[in-house]
Amino acid sequence: MAGNAGDGRRYEKGDETVTDTLGLKAKLGLNVFKPGEYRHINVKPGMEKDPRLKRAVLVCPAGLYSVTQDDKVELTIDGCLECGTCRIACGTDVLDWDYPPGGTGIQYRFG
Amino acid sequence: MGTITVPIILEKLKEGYDQLEKFDVIVVGGGLAGLAAAYTLAQHDLEVLVLERGDYCGAKNLTGGRLYINPIRNLFPDLWQKAPLERPIVREGVMIMAAEGSLAINYTGADLASEPYQSYSVLRAKFDRWFAREVERQGAAIVTKTRVSDVIIQDGQVCGVRADGEELRADVVIACDGVLSLIAEKAGLRKPGNAKDYAVGVKEVIELEAGLIEERFGLEGNEGAACLFMGAVTKGIFGGGFLYTNQNSLSLGIVVGISDLIASESAVSIPALLEEFKQRPEIARLIKDGTSVEYGAHVIPEGGAAALTRLYGPGILVAGDAAGFAMNIGITVRGMEYAMASGYYAAQAVLKAREKNDYSVQALSSYEALLKESFVMKDFLNFKNAPLALSNPRLYSHYPELINDIMADLYSVPAGQKERLYPTIRKYLNWREMLAMAGDMRKVMKL
Repeated sequence: MAGNAGDGRRYEKGDETVTDTLGLKAKLGLNVFKPGEYRHINVKPGMEKDPRLKRAVLVCPAGLYSVTQDDKVELTIDGCLECGTCRIACGTDVLDWDYPPGGTGIQYRFG
Repeated sequence: MGTITVPIILEKLKEGYDQLEKFDVIVVGGGLAGLAAAYTLAQHDLEVLVLERGDYCGAKNLTGGRLYINPIRNLFPDLWQKAPLERPIVREGVMIMAAEGSLAINYTGADLASEPYQSYSVLRAKFDRWFAREVERQGAAIVTKTRVSDVIIQDGQVCGVRADGEELRADVVIACDGVLSLIAEKAGLRKPGNAKDYAVGVKEVIELEAGLIEERFGLEGNEGAACLFMGAVTKGIFGGGFLYTNQNSLSLGIVVGISDLIASESAVSIPALLEEFKQRPEIARLIKDGTSVEYGAHVIPEGGAAALTRLYGPGILVAGDAAGFAMNIGITVRGMEYAMASGYYAAQAVLKAREKNDYSVQALSSYEALLKESFVMKDFLNFKNAPLALSNPRLYSHYPELINDIMADLYSVPAGQKERLYPTIRKYLNWREMLAMAGDMRKVMKL
């Protein structure tokens, strides 16, 4: 189901994200990923509908951002590649961004 | 270093730390810049601590990637003989892709195909992990699985870091914590990055039998090939594709400018771009029967000289991606040599500051002077117009389509008579086109 980002561009709404059809979850499943105790990236409270956040839906290489039916941006942290793209694209006004604690998160075997 | 030895090192370090009032140098981040700095400092018998948040050095690092040896060969003369490099690159390729069709140019020559080779494909998890062992062999301590959360500032001077609830002190801190450098940010040397100065790279490592790699890329033995792709691969967005042959795998990926991606009308996601790239017939037959074994992504600094952060402050130096030392000039995309060299010169600046036991801003300013005398700053100043020259959107859609249209027409043999070659080309290059080209050429000439 497609929606509109408010700036004339379309994005996928709900669970059926465009990236799922590409087997992105399977791709992320190839990686060694050690879950952390908490989410190291969070949408700042009250910023869930901020248009800057919607950029992350397109730019996140892991496809971890999605837009809910009530137009809020949601973030799943499992599979995060810690690449930094969302911090650069959306900015620190809308995201609380840190690296995960030492010894957790992505552990590249090839890099 | 296996997982068993990590706690032992931590334990030893804590014992030693009780006696040791502070380290000479703390390096934040065990990537190429950090390891190069630690290697150089440890060679001069300084007490160096490297803090790395990954399970091992290289665990968080990603490259395209290829390492050019020439600029840094003599900074680390003992390193290259045993280094786990993948394949020497003896074949350079560029492919200009249109929506349908592509034009490929390959270059090979004696300069590329004979020792000493100028560049090698690398995989960072392997290379950095090996480099870390060499750094330890020189006497530096590396503690992994440890994230540095902040710098300690006393009387305006950085004098250590906070990591996992502990305060670790040092005469000087070298921030080599990568492209976002939260540490340089906390030390007040930079602000969060601006999207126009950064690109994002995504890459798959695709395992493929060595024999097949050699056959498909026309290579002998351990020889390697590199290819860059521009045009339809990024749907007109600033950026391109890359492919490097490793020993038993291919590194295949795409890099796109983040601000261009945000502004793009096409609204394609990065994973979708990579997937479409893989499905192009030119690529599909190269990766056929290969097995994807890893999918990675990383932000890349591409803002050039204008986007470099402040390189030093009281008690702190910044090196590698953290400082912005990566550069795209269209036909080469480089970062790792700048990382290793800036780490090396940061270490040299620390050694100089140590002579007078003075780690003030003035004392550490020799870092910038050293960089200016080296290829690092010379390259950055020389190519300061590269970001502007490459930001022209016509390079990523109009020209790739144009040149492929011309090629299609030149090679076509119709049922009837074939048009003369010159008029065939002139049909595409009317005065308006030529004028626009001249304008674009003026920008490209700044490269």
